[in-house]
Amino acid sequence: MCLGVPGKIVETYQAGGLKMGKVDFGGVVRETCLEYVPQAEVGDYVLIHVGFAISLVSEEEAQATLEILREIMRLEEELGPEPDTR
Amino acid sequence: MKHVTEYRDADLVHVVLDGIRQTVTKPWVLMEICGGQTHAIVRHGIDQLLPTEIELVHGPGCPVCVTPLELIDKSLAIASCTEVIFTSYGDMLRVPGSGCDLFSVRASGGDVRVVYSPLDAVKIAQHNPDREVVFFAIGFETTAPPNAMSVVQAQSMGLKNYSILVSHVRVPPAMHVILGSPHNRVQGFLAAGHVCAVMGYWEYPPIAEKYGVPIVVTGFEPLDIVQGILQATRQLEEGRCEAENAYPRVVTFEGNRPAQKLIERVFEPCDRKWRGIGTIPDSGWRLRQEFAEFDAELRFDVEAIQPDESPLCIAGQILQGLKKPHDCSAFGVKCTPENPLGATMVSSEGACAAYYRYGRHVAGQKKEE
Repeated sequence: MCLGVPGKIVETYQAGGLKMGKVDFGGVVRETCLEYVPQAEVGDYVLIHVGFAISLVSEEEAQATLEILREIMRLEEELGPEPDTR
Repeated sequence: MKHVTEYRDADLVHVVLDGIRQTVTKPWVLMEICGGQTHAIVRHGIDQLLPTEIELVHGPGCPVCVTPLELIDKSLAIASCTEVIFTSYGDMLRVPGSGCDLFSVRASGGDVRVVYSPLDAVKIAQHNPDREVVFFAIGFETTAPPNAMSVVQAQSMGLKNYSILVSHVRVPPAMHVILGSPHNRVQGFLAAGHVCAVMGYWEYPPIAEKYGVPIVVTGFEPLDIVQGILQATRQLEEGRCEAENAYPRVVTFEGNRPAQKLIERVFEPCDRKWRGIGTIPDSGWRLRQEFAEFDAELRFDVEAIQPDESPLCIAGQILQGLKKPHDCSAFGVKCTPENPLGATMVSSEGACAAYYRYGRHVAGQKKEE
């Protein structure tokens, strides 16, 4: 029920007094209400739940999390995994 | 898909699983609150990949599951009225009330329509001025902003034929019930990421402090879930109990302020009955007095029915993390997704339905690495 899907805003416009937009989910484009992410612009990724963007996805935070893990993975490849000494 | 595919990378998931193995020294019980996370955990077998010390129990965060039977019966009564177009998220259609479900109301001539968004229901009301359009507004904090917006939109369009049947529930009061129970087993929470996308997690530090449990805001992809488990485990091992965010690309501490403002404008807190658990004080939202004309319960005179739940069903204990689905004698025998006896089997996100679907019919063995 509370699942959300991240998609990329490809168009924004006003309709019925609401900020609306077209959002691309890997090729499928759906109309979305952008009223709750007033700062969102074309090109931004937003998290969509039942036809509403409820959050602007932070590119910086996404990259930071992944970078740390990729760094650990690179280190493990170079050094071998830490021995389980329990 | 960007922001999805990266978080399903098996190599990265194993990096975090290694981190959990290196961190854990004692047994810990963690609860994921959201049914979507339960489904993802069982689907990807994450519970089976964890070290034996970590036990995951499944929380009450499935709104379809916890919607009380009385309200489903009301929805069936309203949907059966000839002047009504009854609209709902698809998940609710096959949830049985005391007698039948919304699918059977449709089969016997009722105008029941699945909508993707509550704004679609408003459009239907606009295009059918001679019909009453009712939207079944269920859900947690995630769904409240869209449902609230539909009411405000209907009001600004001057629609007199739109109303919502409200069954909103909130997560933090349920956490209090679980942690306050003398039988509680939960030592740490994975908080529901999308609820927090809307509400932020400023409500959680006092809960973490009061009960001495870490609460980690967690996303829905496999990598998000193991990251949440790692952060909760690390806190437990270090003796910390803080509200942390393991889903920062989507969630901020404050949450979505415009959405919170609209919720506040349209809804007010109320006591709410949770199927399988009972009434939890201040755990729901109802329409404020100014929006009473959009309240389907006031618009349609449907009598309160007091239905009986199956005495075999242990959904209440499962929803509070006290039992697992395969602890129930009816699970998979008398109780199946086709013939559910209680809350946790009625929706695909319920713990019992997830266990049934992914073949967890007996107490699980951890997979050997």
